[in-house]
Amino acid sequence: MQFKLVKRPPLTLWKRALLPVWAILLAFLISGIFIAVTGTNVPPAFWLIFKGSLGSRFAFLETLIKMTPMCLTGLAVTIAFRAKFWNIGAEGQLYMGAMAAAWIGILPLSSSPFIQVPVIIMAGFVAGGLLALFPAWLKVKFKADDVVTTLMLNYVVIFLMRALLDGVWRDPISGWPHSPSIIPSAIFPRLLPPGRFHIGFLIAIAAAVLCFILLKYTKLGYRLRAVGFNPQASRYGGINVKRTLLATAFISGGLAGLAGVGEVCGMQFYLIDGISSDYGYYGVAIAMLANLQPLGVILASFFFAVIFTGSQTMSRYTGVPVYISDIMQGLTLITMLMVLLLNRYKIKISRK
Amino acid sequence: MPENNSPHIPTTPLVEMRGICKQFLDVKAGDHVDLTIYPNEIVGLLGENGAGKTTLMKILFGLYQPDSGTIMVEGEEVSFRSPLDAIHHGIGMVHQHFNLVEHHSVVENIIIGDKKSSPRGIVDYRGAKNRIAELSERYGLEVDPSAEVWQLSVGEKQRVEILKALYRDVKLLILDEPTAVLTPQEVTKLFITLEQLVKHGLSIVFISHKLNEVMEVTNRSIILRRGKRIGEQKTSETTKEKLAAMMVGTDESFVLQKKSVEFQGEILKIDSITVKNDMGLVAVKNLSLTLNKGIILGIAGVSGNGQRELAEALGGVRHVENGRITMEGNEITNWSPANLVEAGMARIPEDRFRLGLVMEFNIAENLVMEKYQQPPFSRGLFMSWPKIMENAEKLIEEFDIRAPGARTTTHALSGGNIQKVLLARELSMDPTVVLAAQPTRGLDIGAVSFVHRLMEDEREKGKGILFISEDLDELLAVSDIIAVMYEGEIMGIVSAEEATKEKLGCLMMGIKDSSPLENQEEVRANAV
Repeated sequence: MQFKLVKRPPLTLWKRALLPVWAILLAFLISGIFIAVTGTNVPPAFWLIFKGSLGSRFAFLETLIKMTPMCLTGLAVTIAFRAKFWNIGAEGQLYMGAMAAAWIGILPLSSSPFIQVPVIIMAGFVAGGLLALFPAWLKVKFKADDVVTTLMLNYVVIFLMRALLDGVWRDPISGWPHSPSIIPSAIFPRLLPPGRFHIGFLIAIAAAVLCFILLKYTKLGYRLRAVGFNPQASRYGGINVKRTLLATAFISGGLAGLAGVGEVCGMQFYLIDGISSDYGYYGVAIAMLANLQPLGVILASFFFAVIFTGSQTMSRYTGVPVYISDIMQGLTLITMLMVLLLNRYKIKISRK
Repeated sequence: MPENNSPHIPTTPLVEMRGICKQFLDVKAGDHVDLTIYPNEIVGLLGENGAGKTTLMKILFGLYQPDSGTIMVEGEEVSFRSPLDAIHHGIGMVHQHFNLVEHHSVVENIIIGDKKSSPRGIVDYRGAKNRIAELSERYGLEVDPSAEVWQLSVGEKQRVEILKALYRDVKLLILDEPTAVLTPQEVTKLFITLEQLVKHGLSIVFISHKLNEVMEVTNRSIILRRGKRIGEQKTSETTKEKLAAMMVGTDESFVLQKKSVEFQGEILKIDSITVKNDMGLVAVKNLSLTLNKGIILGIAGVSGNGQRELAEALGGVRHVENGRITMEGNEITNWSPANLVEAGMARIPEDRFRLGLVMEFNIAENLVMEKYQQPPFSRGLFMSWPKIMENAEKLIEEFDIRAPGARTTTHALSGGNIQKVLLARELSMDPTVVLAAQPTRGLDIGAVSFVHRLMEDEREKGKGILFISEDLDELLAVSDIIAVMYEGEIMGIVSAEEATKEKLGCLMMGIKDSSPLENQEEVRANAV
């Protein structure tokens, strides 16, 4: 038996749309094996995942809250990867945004959230964007490898933040290593009270739509895609490749920064270490799962959030370790990449 | 069409392919093709690009498996699963792109994978070397066996590939467009070798779309078109015109009608520029050249003599170290591509896939690359897609781009149509100077004559055209003046009427033949 990948003509649109469904089903099937290994009955365990994430109003809103930062980091990675700027630094950019939010959030600029909140959002965007600009500049100036520089900057930023939290920003009231609480006008307005569902969700959805428009309908989006596909031809055709990469990096970092703003102003109200549960890294997986499509990022981040919140419920009821969510997300990514391959190739089995 | 009036006494054919079919996606590269090769003959395999010549031979060489059809070698039916099987049956192939290990010696490259050269697991270098020396002697394939491949010229590399096949005692040698990379002198040498090989009992399949060569070297030719066998012609009983007609399917004459339109004044002046290559070595040395309005200035030269670097420097993607380039009196040295476009320079790069177009973009997106910033193709921050599509549809019509629509991804197009997209993009900018580097390389005859016609049109409009090519026939047919580049310098400038292939060939090899040199200044004076 020999397996061979053979190119095939592209699938029809609706068959292509079904690909992620196949990927998810396959991932569930395989993770079912892992759940079974723990001695748990598999179907009820899966049912608990969905019940715990979608089964009640509260659970559903928790899922959307969880989805918000992942959607934004997913978009950050999507935009960067479309230009082949390999931004693995969304985690650090998120923390930059969070730091900016924590800082502007304690400044008494205004008593109205209609002024304070937009200022914080802009500051968080700029902070994340500036951080991403640095590795992009290294890339265009010295051809420094962006995977390495963006990844390493994550640690620089996180240690810088820890230094601040242990030093000047330590909360003077409690003495704990977190920043002082932000003023009331800096808090993100709630949606659908009671509960902690906040406007960060709307920001994330709006960002996805804006990214879609950016890529499809703007001149920058045209340049960005051209540079991503073929920088040499872009340069030959008169596009300023370096400037395009810098602009892309700024937007990408800014989006990740917004994720940090949302966590500070919508959830914690102060800055603390571990405010991101690796959202920056999940962003990479989400972007890949979404096949680098901004609107797909909405679905992919929603799916990740469902697994996240749902597996906690499952874990509580069945004793299956909560890490099963990592396994499921990882498997989904792998099956998705496989299925995407099958979009362009078919497996030919020949008996020899 | 005369069908198989074989000139041979009926002996057992060396190779017989019958009813070979091969389909790639929706393209039929082989459609019930029959091919018979007898011992001691040179068979030309003729056809336009994409006619299925290479595919058919790759099937014979075991690289592809046919969908249906049979192959017989010396009367025995065979089925090749890999080139190794083919070699065992005495079939060797030299590909268009060489498969040599650059940092290994010639001997190592030749014996690579040959088990007989290493009895009991120990390589017998001396035996191999002697055998190679003997083979090169016998067939006139001069090459230093201990040299490393990267030190060799293209012609020498090809000889190594031929030796590699001969070393394995092949009876049939398939050469896939062997002359595409050679100078005229090297071609002559290759042909002498081929005659020697046939004299020693080998048969040769000569894949080509150059009719002159086929007429010169083959005994008979088989013509393919769109995967089908169109017919067979005995070389002694046919003409180039007849073969060309069979290849393209119509009696289209591809000699350009040169109209003499007089324009005045120089339009592009290159004043002793120096340009370095990727390795940082000087590739263009103090080169000066003047292009006038209404002139097609051909630039000849063997590949790798600085033409690429010259084109890239003029195209704004390679730094000019020294000297000046002026266009209509304005200095444009080291201008960015965007500025050059604005100044009116149309640039058709040699590597249209890497530099010319974004292959993942659709046709419409590629066509506006140099003008999307201008109204009406964008407004403010936004692209105006309706106008962009309109532009694409207009140009698709005007440049006869064969595609399902403006939204078709560029890499789904055939080579000729890809080039038409690039030409449409460049020429629709209404340029004053057209810089065309190898604009017809790899295209079929139909697309080639289309490109030539476009260049003609631009000349008639009074544009200046710099036409870089390695194909002398093409340059002689298209250019008004031909400058020959050798090692980064202009070896000579001759007017197209006076130029002969021999004269140009000498200049291309760096031989300053006295006659063109004496005429050089005079011709230049006439041209300016």
